[in-house]
Amino acid sequence: MIRSKSHKDIHFADRFFAGTLQAIAWGVPLLLVFIAIFLTWKSLPTIRLFGFSFLTSQTWDPVQDQFGALPVVYGTLVSSFLAVLLAAPISIGVALFLTELAPSWLARPVGFLVEMLAAIPSVVYGLWGIFVLAPLLRTTVQPALAKSLGHFPLFEGPPLGVGMMAAGVILAIMIIPTIATLSREVFLAIPAIQRENALALGATRWEMMQIAVLKTARSGILGAIILGLGRALGETMAVTMLIGNRAEISASLLAPGQTMSSLLANEYAEASGELHLSALLEVGLLLFLVTFIINALARLFVWRSTLGKSPR
Amino acid sequence: MKFTQPLMTLLIGLTLSAAALAEPLLITGAGATFPYPLYSKWFSEYQKIEPNVQLNYQSIGSGGGIRQFGERTIDFGATDVPMTDGQLAKTDAPVLHIPTVMGAVVLTYNLPGVTETVRFSPEVIADIFLGKIKKWNDPAIQTINPGIALSDIAIAVVRRSDGSGTTGIFTDYLSKISPAWKEKVGQGASVNWPVGLGGKGNEGVTGLVKQTPGAIGYVELIYAANNNLPYALIKNKAGKFVSPTMKTVSSAAAGSLKSMPGDFRVSITNADGKESYPISGFTYLLVYQKTPGEKGKKLVNFLNWAITDGQKFAEALSYAPLPKELVGKIRNKVKTIDTQ
Repeated sequence: MIRSKSHKDIHFADRFFAGTLQAIAWGVPLLLVFIAIFLTWKSLPTIRLFGFSFLTSQTWDPVQDQFGALPVVYGTLVSSFLAVLLAAPISIGVALFLTELAPSWLARPVGFLVEMLAAIPSVVYGLWGIFVLAPLLRTTVQPALAKSLGHFPLFEGPPLGVGMMAAGVILAIMIIPTIATLSREVFLAIPAIQRENALALGATRWEMMQIAVLKTARSGILGAIILGLGRALGETMAVTMLIGNRAEISASLLAPGQTMSSLLANEYAEASGELHLSALLEVGLLLFLVTFIINALARLFVWRSTLGKSPR
Repeated sequence: MKFTQPLMTLLIGLTLSAAALAEPLLITGAGATFPYPLYSKWFSEYQKIEPNVQLNYQSIGSGGGIRQFGERTIDFGATDVPMTDGQLAKTDAPVLHIPTVMGAVVLTYNLPGVTETVRFSPEVIADIFLGKIKKWNDPAIQTINPGIALSDIAIAVVRRSDGSGTTGIFTDYLSKISPAWKEKVGQGASVNWPVGLGGKGNEGVTGLVKQTPGAIGYVELIYAANNNLPYALIKNKAGKFVSPTMKTVSSAAAGSLKSMPGDFRVSITNADGKESYPISGFTYLLVYQKTPGEKGKKLVNFLNWAITDGQKFAEALSYAPLPKELVGKIRNKVKTIDTQ
């Protein structure tokens, strides 16, 4: 009697525990759904009023209640892609050096320091950007660019220091640890025997890295880059402090810009008009969708690489 | 084991009742960031006078203050820009605006080699912020600054990127003095700026101005004063160039007393008066006309203290105190708060 009862109890406890865990596990994706529903619901006024033109209009005028998100979508994508363009080669180089070339007494502390870059708070990057990076860009880098490449629209205009370029550079520094650390993990997942095979076939060290490491890890590297891109897209504080906060599409990297997240950080606290609030939340919804899609893509690529087979 | 239980109950009961006795009445508010340094000084000073009342304030911005006040999640709100008729219509009960103090918005600039104080006329300010005047040695600037050697350095306009009451006051001024501004841009906490770089917060604007030769920006007086930034003399309605001081800001408030509406929702930019500084404004506390109970009584006491004794803390923090003539009017308004 007693034994069977306790047996039953154990079963009940098991079931209870499993049920609780299941509820918690379902809770997280549900939260995601709720956030999406909330954002959509709150942005209904502007979705109804502006419809698709919200994505194509370039005017953001809270006084006249005219809202278009194109400049901030543009600013977000350009600053983030610029960051990836600068950060990806450096990060992959760092990861290759750490896994293939550096002796372990060097690889460990250097790897640790690269990871530490990710621990610096965003606002500290922003302050450093204002006091060191922006003056450097204004007095040295941008005049040199204007002198040599000033006739390209990409480098036109007065050197202000802050602007799209400053935002891209600061984002690049911030996403280097993400891309470098993930690429290193992907490289480490490649079996040593593959490298040995390449070397045994007469490959030089550089050829071995090309054939056995980089080629194999291609989709993993892509995943790491996309995760870095995801971080850059949502980054707020440092960008707000450096981008110049002007919702305008300009071909020049020297000109100020505005991103979705910096627009939200700037205007939400003081927004009191109903349409203004709704427009800001619709920008939030757009940002949510963009980062969601990018992160989903990254997962797909990293899975393919680390599992060694396609998820199909 | 058994006898400890009543003992524990007794102990817990005692602690709870003691806590209840010592628990001060909590009055919460939220809103404008601009008066926050003064408000936090007020609340700590006021607790010395009335230890049973604890005022709790979160500086979340005027817009947020109006929203939360409207939803009644807080007991009082605070805003730099008076609520609009539309916003007032949406609240479920009548709202009072209580002016607490005044602040000035100054134009600061970065002109290497210039030590004299630069002068601006309303037309020049509007044209600079509209992007029509692009160089510092533009004849329009040079003619009103005959003694200053201005170079052909480009003007870099710096403004607030975040929504703010400071921007509200400044764009209110620009809308009054320039029809072109009023038509193209208008007045608001966030506006669609024709030109310029955006800095986040007063500190963001001061940072950009300090670092960019040729920059011009607008900040609250306290920030320019604390950061040793130069600030311009501005030509007022009477045609005189005035510097922002406690006296000139108070004079602007006094100058608009005649036209002061009963609910105090008034702009004092471009005010009458020979000594009036033209770019300044009130900051307000928002209370419901009907704030019943102990909370209402204590809030009324605090408001009466703030507009009288509390004013002496204003000047040290670079806010202009309320003019004497106005304090009586506000006190009468506070009397109408229904605490029944």
